[in-house]
Amino acid sequence: MINFNLLAGISLGYVALLFLVAALAERRALRAPSRWLRSPLIYTLSLSIYCTAWTFYGAVGYAARSGLEYLTIYLGPSLVMLGWWWILRKLVRIGRTQRITSIADLISSRFGKSTSLGVIVTLLCVVGITPYIALQLQSLALSFGVFAGAAGADWERSDFNSVALWAAVGLTLFTVLFGTRNLDSSERHNGVVTAIALEAVVKLAALLAVGIFVVWGLGGGPTEVMDRIAASEIGVWDQSAGRWMGLTFLAAAAFLCLPRMFHVLVVENSSERHLLTASWAFPLYVLLMSLFVVPIAVVGLELMPEGANPDLFVLTVPLSQGQEGLATLAFLGGFSSATSMVIVATIALATMVSNHIVLPLWLSSRPAGGAMMSGDVRAIVLVARRFSIAGVLALGYIYYYLSGGSGALASIGLIAFVGLAQILPAMIGGIFWRGATRTGAALGLVLGFVIWLWTLFLPSFGEGAVMSTQVMTEGPFGIAFLRPEALFGTMGLDPILHATFWSLFLNTFAFVVGSLVSFPTPIERLQGAQFVNVFEHSPGTPTWKPAAGQAEDLLIMSQRILGANEAQEAFERAAVLQGKTGFLPDVTPEFVQSLERQLSGSVGAATAHAMVSQVTEGSSVSVQDLMAVADEAAQILEYSSKLEAKSDELERTARALSDANEKLTALSIQKDAFLSQISHELRTPMTSIRSFSEILRDGDLDPDAQERYAQIIHSEAERLTRLLDNLLDLTVLENGQGVINREQGQLRDLLDRAVSAACGEGDRLLIRRDRASETLELDTDLDRLVQVFINLIANALKYCDAERPELKIQLRRLRGAYVIDFIDNGSGIPSESQDVIFEKFSRLGDQARAGGAGLGLAICREVMERLGGRIAYLPAQGGAAFRVWLPQAQAMAAQ
Amino acid sequence: MPGRVLLIEDEPNIIEAISFILTRDGWTVHTHSDGETAAERVRRMPPDLVILDVMLPGRSGYDILRDLRADPETRLLPVMMLTARGQTKDRELAEQLGVNLFMTKPFSNAEILEHVRSLAGT
Repeated sequence: MINFNLLAGISLGYVALLFLVAALAERRALRAPSRWLRSPLIYTLSLSIYCTAWTFYGAVGYAARSGLEYLTIYLGPSLVMLGWWWILRKLVRIGRTQRITSIADLISSRFGKSTSLGVIVTLLCVVGITPYIALQLQSLALSFGVFAGAAGADWERSDFNSVALWAAVGLTLFTVLFGTRNLDSSERHNGVVTAIALEAVVKLAALLAVGIFVVWGLGGGPTEVMDRIAASEIGVWDQSAGRWMGLTFLAAAAFLCLPRMFHVLVVENSSERHLLTASWAFPLYVLLMSLFVVPIAVVGLELMPEGANPDLFVLTVPLSQGQEGLATLAFLGGFSSATSMVIVATIALATMVSNHIVLPLWLSSRPAGGAMMSGDVRAIVLVARRFSIAGVLALGYIYYYLSGGSGALASIGLIAFVGLAQILPAMIGGIFWRGATRTGAALGLVLGFVIWLWTLFLPSFGEGAVMSTQVMTEGPFGIAFLRPEALFGTMGLDPILHATFWSLFLNTFAFVVGSLVSFPTPIERLQGAQFVNVFEHSPGTPTWKPAAGQAEDLLIMSQRILGANEAQEAFERAAVLQGKTGFLPDVTPEFVQSLERQLSGSVGAATAHAMVSQVTEGSSVSVQDLMAVADEAAQILEYSSKLEAKSDELERTARALSDANEKLTALSIQKDAFLSQISHELRTPMTSIRSFSEILRDGDLDPDAQERYAQIIHSEAERLTRLLDNLLDLTVLENGQGVINREQGQLRDLLDRAVSAACGEGDRLLIRRDRASETLELDTDLDRLVQVFINLIANALKYCDAERPELKIQLRRLRGAYVIDFIDNGSGIPSESQDVIFEKFSRLGDQARAGGAGLGLAICREVMERLGGRIAYLPAQGGAAFRVWLPQAQAMAAQ
Repeated sequence: MPGRVLLIEDEPNIIEAISFILTRDGWTVHTHSDGETAAERVRRMPPDLVILDVMLPGRSGYDILRDLRADPETRLLPVMMLTARGQTKDRELAEQLGVNLFMTKPFSNAEILEHVRSLAGT
């Protein structure tokens, strides 16, 4: 007999395999986007988390109790996939364009990025799914118990509990490890999805193997088994049409609304075309899963002693025949069903809890502007998500512990289905009906939630547990009208159908009426138009007024959420789209919108909106603008998205033209200014030289003064020479003359050289470097590159105005390119000056202190262009920051 | 007879040179090197002559001159401008604003001394 320890060892080995698969998939996905990892097959298999332990074990029990009715649970989703795939396609498209992270985010985002709706849906999901997670833990504990019982051990309640506890801890670990890799939940969890696909194969194989064994090994072949089925009670078709339709509809609704299903269907979807494959492959999977349910139930009922739990027939039938290997496979199948459901459900719930409850609370606990200016939001989101995962699993365990692991598996699942189905009206209404409003959605959701709690959830704890027997039979305060299982006097209905009917009917009614009588806010109208018409358009382009200064604040905030690299890339891309250079695009409404969408991938729509509003509030992006966007979006988009694309292009061209014109005008002004500047820079030292040489010629000076004045003449003459050298240098560079002396060298040595050349004895500037990481072999004009480094370090020396000046020099790898950032801790360069600092003589501020002619950065720019690299000012780093892109072909990693 | 000169200039070496030349000739020289507060400084303690550089940090010499000419107290105060940008239009602008004398750097010591004497002298 397989003892408990061996089984625990097998489970651990299996879990280790899952870890390995997940880790390998993550690594592969990191290296290159893999077609295999993102195939329609994997997508279809990941959908199989619909089949939890409830369907793996419970379907047989369901069949043993209620005959063929278990089929409704499979029929609903199959109908959705075959017939309603266009709803799914719309959801997937919306999910991608709006960067939706969860079903709560979908509802919140559709109805004007409403925080309260996000909270309502999240609560509903947590309340509905917690028992469902408890159910999985229970099935794990029970299946371990079956083996222990077969081996002769007599398990106490505490033994079951400790197995459930260990399972919960292990699942928390796995989910935290692989579920919080990326902050952006709209980025896919390759590891988790691949592990789940593997589990899908295992559970299908296990159920098929048990089925084949039962039919051919025990039942004596298909014909024989068919006869047995016909002879048993299961084969009797006395099902009520109402119950069948009701349950099928319920399963279909749950398929769309369950947070974990939404997560794999929409959030993890990488291509709409995968839906095409899944639309036939998933029903096929489900068909195979249900194929042998009835035979196992029939044979089990005959074979097993009276009173044996039919929920565990999949395990107990093979065990009773001494088929330990098969039983172990079945065990692993059940294990897979339970774990995959828990992992995905937990990720989905944790994303909701952290985005819709924890973050808004955290945001509101800080003063206005706080989100932007202090703290690393990224770290907070990650911590929040990890704690939420642990919290959700803890809730599941506590529910299991308190409920005593009682109740048939199927009933808990159905109760959860009815609860989650309450989201359906707001979801379907939200994506097909522009008139749906926040008020309507909130009313419907709350009403449906309350009715579900009253008629189904609370009574499910058993009479007398939460609700007294009196309330159940006579209604609260004796009002028979409100009896939980006979609402409004509807007697004789099955409790599930009764609850489904009343909750969804009143929910939909409140949603529609509420929407009709309330007036949507501008942002609701905007979101409504974008959701309902998602196939027709990209967001609109209303006229706009740029708001200066905010772009940098937005970048500071985005860096905290998306991470520096990704935020900088996004801003640079947006600037390029607008026909600008640099990192700071104009703060147009459409830029704000797209930024919000990007941020919402990390923190949810409502939070992203709140954070962006903190920056842009009271500026040009006002309610009026949003209203304009909403109106234009709604009207223009519906009629002519093509025309709009054209006018978009025209606008961009016009802007580019006016830019070019400005540049041309500026160029001729610049030429004048340049001459005048050179004159100034040359005449200033000459003035001192002439004056002091006349004073010396006059004679009659004490030796100290003589010495001092000679020294001044000398240093001013040097300044003159340096200026002429620089000018000459710049002219040569600008005209593309001069040779490039290519040499090979280590970046570390070059930086060493630059630091020692730029810094003197008494300099207060502290230079922070990670010399160990500066291993980069370069093949370029090293002296020129050092010249650039010296200039940047010298600038920090001259201009950094911090109490304790520091300069951080950092080598980084950005999408294949090597860049070096020079970031000091001074007050930086104001955004209006950032454009001009690379121009000749564009020195800012105090000339005397600076002592240069303002040619340093101009030379740097020319040098980097000559070498095939680039240099730019990097805004939003606190102090002055410059980024040097090393010439691509000439930098080779040392390894 | 020699009086007080206020030198508004930001290049330390030029300040030192002009101060030396004028002090040697018996003038009391005050210096000020910030453009922003220069006009205020003149109003607070009006000298007999202002020597004003054009390119100053904070505020240009032209703006300072415009301020001085707009204030009745300093409307007639002799102002001598120094510039290292020797273009004609710079001179024209300065004359239009009511400068008493416009000098291009570099200058000879004798030249500046002579002009100071004639502008601030009796």
